[in-house]
Amino acid sequence: MSQEARLPVSKIESPPTVSEKKPLSENPKKLCAEKLNFFYGKFQALHDISIDMRENHITALIGPSGCGKSTFLRTLNRMHETVRGTRLEGQILLDGESIFQQNVNALRLKVGMVFQRSNPFPKSIFENVAYGLRVNGYDGGKQRLQEEVERSLRKAAIWDEVKDKLHESAFGLSGGQQQRICIARALAVRPEVLLLDEPCSALDPIATAKIEELLFGLKPECTIVIVTHNMQQAARVSDFTGFFLLGKLIEFDSTNLIFQNPSKSETEDYVTGRFG
Amino acid sequence: MATTPVLGERALPPGGARSFLMRLRGGEEIAYTITFTAAAAIFVITALICYELFAQSEISRHKFGWAFLFTSEWDPVAGKFGALPFIYGTVITSVLALLIAIPQGIGSAIFLAEMAPARISNALTFLIELLAAVPSVIYGLLGVFILVPVLQKSVVPALKSVFGALPIFQGAFYGVSYFSAGIVLSVMIVPFIISVSREVLISVPRDQREASLALGASKWQTVWLVVVPNASTGIMGSIFLALARALGETMAVTMVIGNTPQIKASLLAPGYSIAAVIANEFTEATGDLYLSALIELGLVLFGVTFVLNGLARILIMATAQKGAHS
Amino acid sequence: MKPSSHWKNIVNFAMFGLTGLCALVSVGTLVFILGYLVFNGGKSLSMSFFTNLPAPVGEVGGGMANALLGSGKVLLLATLIGIPIGFLGGVYLSEYSGKTIAFVIRYVTDLLNGVPSIVIGIVVYTLVVHPMGHFSTFAGGVALGIMMIPISVRSTEEYLLAVPPSLREAAFALGAPKWKAIITVVIPAAMRGIISGTMLDLARVAGETAPLLFTALGNQFWSPGWNQPSATLPVMIFTYAIAPYEDWHRQAWAAGFVLLMLVLLINVTARMALSKGSYVPRG
Repeated sequence: MSQEARLPVSKIESPPTVSEKKPLSENPKKLCAEKLNFFYGKFQALHDISIDMRENHITALIGPSGCGKSTFLRTLNRMHETVRGTRLEGQILLDGESIFQQNVNALRLKVGMVFQRSNPFPKSIFENVAYGLRVNGYDGGKQRLQEEVERSLRKAAIWDEVKDKLHESAFGLSGGQQQRICIARALAVRPEVLLLDEPCSALDPIATAKIEELLFGLKPECTIVIVTHNMQQAARVSDFTGFFLLGKLIEFDSTNLIFQNPSKSETEDYVTGRFG
Repeated sequence: MATTPVLGERALPPGGARSFLMRLRGGEEIAYTITFTAAAAIFVITALICYELFAQSEISRHKFGWAFLFTSEWDPVAGKFGALPFIYGTVITSVLALLIAIPQGIGSAIFLAEMAPARISNALTFLIELLAAVPSVIYGLLGVFILVPVLQKSVVPALKSVFGALPIFQGAFYGVSYFSAGIVLSVMIVPFIISVSREVLISVPRDQREASLALGASKWQTVWLVVVPNASTGIMGSIFLALARALGETMAVTMVIGNTPQIKASLLAPGYSIAAVIANEFTEATGDLYLSALIELGLVLFGVTFVLNGLARILIMATAQKGAHS
Repeated sequence: MKPSSHWKNIVNFAMFGLTGLCALVSVGTLVFILGYLVFNGGKSLSMSFFTNLPAPVGEVGGGMANALLGSGKVLLLATLIGIPIGFLGGVYLSEYSGKTIAFVIRYVTDLLNGVPSIVIGIVVYTLVVHPMGHFSTFAGGVALGIMMIPISVRSTEEYLLAVPPSLREAAFALGAPKWKAIITVVIPAAMRGIISGTMLDLARVAGETAPLLFTALGNQFWSPGWNQPSATLPVMIFTYAIAPYEDWHRQAWAAGFVLLMLVLLINVTARMALSKGSYVPRG
C-alpha cells in the first residue's frame, strides 16, 4: 500500500507541497487542502496548510495540544462556520470540487464527523443511528431503515452488544459503547470521508482497541482522517501521518517514515517524546 | 487591650462557657447568631403562614369537609359556601392562558436562543423581561379599558361568526368573561416561559448541536429535533412556573373576569377565580364562617401553587444537572 | 435518499420568520403598554395629581398625594423589614450554614416566594390587623416586607457565592477572622449585585396591590403615623379603575403611568448596574 518513498531534502522553512513530492500512493486524492489559512478574529490558527488525503487510506494528524490539528479537521466539513468570527483563506477540494461551492448540508452527508467526547442524542439507540437518515429525507420504508441501522451498528462493531436494546436510551451505555454508537450514527448516511477528532481520548485501552479495529474495517469504503494526541495510536492505525506544530504542517508522509525516519528535526523531537 | 484579637481566635478554643465568651468578644459568635436568627425568622414566618391558613380555616373546613371543593353554591347570606365556581374559573382561565402562552413563549424562546444574533437576542430578552415587571394592576387597567372593548367590538363577533356553534362561544358577551381574563393572563405569563426556556435552550451543550449539523441536518432540524428535546424538562418547568403564577394572579383577573360565582361552559360568560373572590369579598365578609370559608379558599390556592412550584423547581434543576454532566 | 436541501432551506426560513413573529409580538406588547400609558396617562397628569387629596365624586381637581405618600411609607417599612432579614439570611446561607440546614432554608425560602400575594395579605390580616383591631400602614408594610424576603435572600446568597474563594483566602491569610473578612472583603465585592437585587425586589413589591387590600386598605385623607389605614398608589388605581366615574378613570391612567414609570425606572437601572448579561434572580 504505502511506498517507501525517499523524500528530497527539503528546506526547513517551507512545508511540503504537492508538487515537490513523489505520490505516496496510487489511490486518487479524495480530500485536498490547498494553502489553507485560518483565523479566529485576529489570531491566525493555521498557516498555509496543504495536504492530500488519499482515498481509502487512514490519515492521522498528530501534534501537541493547541497546534491546530483539530481546527484543521473542522474546516474539512465546514464545522468552523458554526463559530462566529472565524475566517478561512485557501481552498479545500473534495473529489476535485471546492467544498465551499456546494450546499453545506449535502457536503456533510459526504464528509461525516465523530467528536472527541461521545455525544449521543437523548433518544433511543435506534433513533440515534437513524437520525441522519431521517433528517435527510429518507423514504425507503421501515424495513429498509432497520436494515440500514443494523448495518451501521455492525460496521461500528457494536451490533451484538445492543441488538436487544435498540429502543433503550443511548445513555445507558458505557463511554466506549456510546462512542461506537456515535460512529454508527455517522456511518448510517454512508459518508465517503469520516473525520474523527480524538475519538478515543476519553476511553480506556480496551474500548480504544475496539475502535481502532473497526477503523481498519472501514477503509475499503471510506477515507478516514483521524486527529490524535496519542502517537502510538497514529502509528498503529494510519497509513499517512501529518505533524502539526503551532498551526503549521511541518511534515506529511507515510506513517512508517514519520515515525522511523522523519526528515524534520521538529518531527523527530516530537515523535521521540522530547516535547509535547 | 492593644493586642490584636486575632491571635486569641486563632488559638484552639479552650471549651466551655469561657470559650463562648471569648469567641463572643471576638465577634464571630455574634455574626453567626445574627445571621442564623434571620434565617430562622424566614423559617418561622413561612411556618406561621401555613399554620395560620390551617387554623383560620378551621371553622369552614370543619363544617363543609372535602365537599367544600365540589359544591358549587356560594351564598353568603344563607351561609352556604362551595369552592367549585372559583376553582373552575381559576382553572379555565389558567388553561386558556397556557394555550396561548405556551406556543407563543416557546416560539419566542427558540427565536431568541437559536435564531437571532446574540446582540439582538439580548436586547429583545431585556425588553421582554421588563414585561414581567409590569404590575398586575396595570395589566388590569389595560384589560378593562382596551382589551375588553376591542374584544367586544371586533374579536368576539368575528369568533362567533366562525365558531359560534361551539359551546365555548355560546351566549351573549358583555366584555368581562373567562375569555378576557385568559387573554390578559397569557400576556402576563409569557415572559416567564420565554425567560426560563431561553436559558435552558442556551444551556444545551454545543456538541449536541454539532453532532446534528455534522450529519447534514439543517439549523431548524437541529433546533427542533435535538436542542428542544434536550431542553424539554426545563421547558416543562417553565410552564409549571407560569401556571403557578397564573393561578395566583389577582388584580388583573378580578378586573376583567366579571366576578360572578357561576359555572358556565361558554368562555364568553363572566366567572370568578379564587384570588378574585378573596380580593373582593374579604373585607366585606360578615361572620366567622364567611371569613373562614374565604381563608379556606386561600389555603386551597396555597396548596396548589406550592405543589406546582415544587415540581417546577425539580424539573428546572434536572435540566441544569443534565447540562452540567454532558 | 435525497438530501432535499432546497426544501430544508424553505422550512428553515419559514421557522425563522414564525419564531421571530412570536418574539416580535411579545416585544410589541411591551412597546404598546408603555406607549399607551405614556400617552393616556401622561396627558391626564397634572400638578394637582401630586399635591391634592382625592376629591369627592363630581369635583374636579382631585389628586393622589396621600396615595403617593402612603406608598412611600409602606415601601419604606417593607424595605426595613424585608431587606435585613433577607440579606442576613443570605449571608448565613452563603457563609455559615451546613448542607442540610442550607437545603431546608432554601426550600422554605422558595416556598415563601411562591405564596400568592393575596394569601400573604390574608395571613397578615389575621396576624396583625385582627389583633390590632384596625387596618394600618404598619400592616401593609409587614405584608410587603414578607414578600421582599425571598428575593433578597436568593440574590444576596447568589452574589456572595460568586465572590471567588481566593478573595476570602487572601483575607484569612492576612489574619482576619471570618466575620471581619465577610464584612470588609466579601460583602463589598458582592455589593453591586446585592444593591441591584434589592432594587429589583423593591420594584416588584412597589406594584403589588393584593396584599394591601386588607392590610393598609385605603384612605381618602392623609394617614398620619403608622397605625391608620392608608391609601396606596396601586390600590387607588384599582379602586378608581373599576368605579363608574370618567374623572376617576382619567386619574387611574395618570396613576398607572406614574407607577409604571417608577417600577420600570428602578428595574432598568438595577439591570444596567449589573455587568452585562449576568444572572438576574427571577421573582
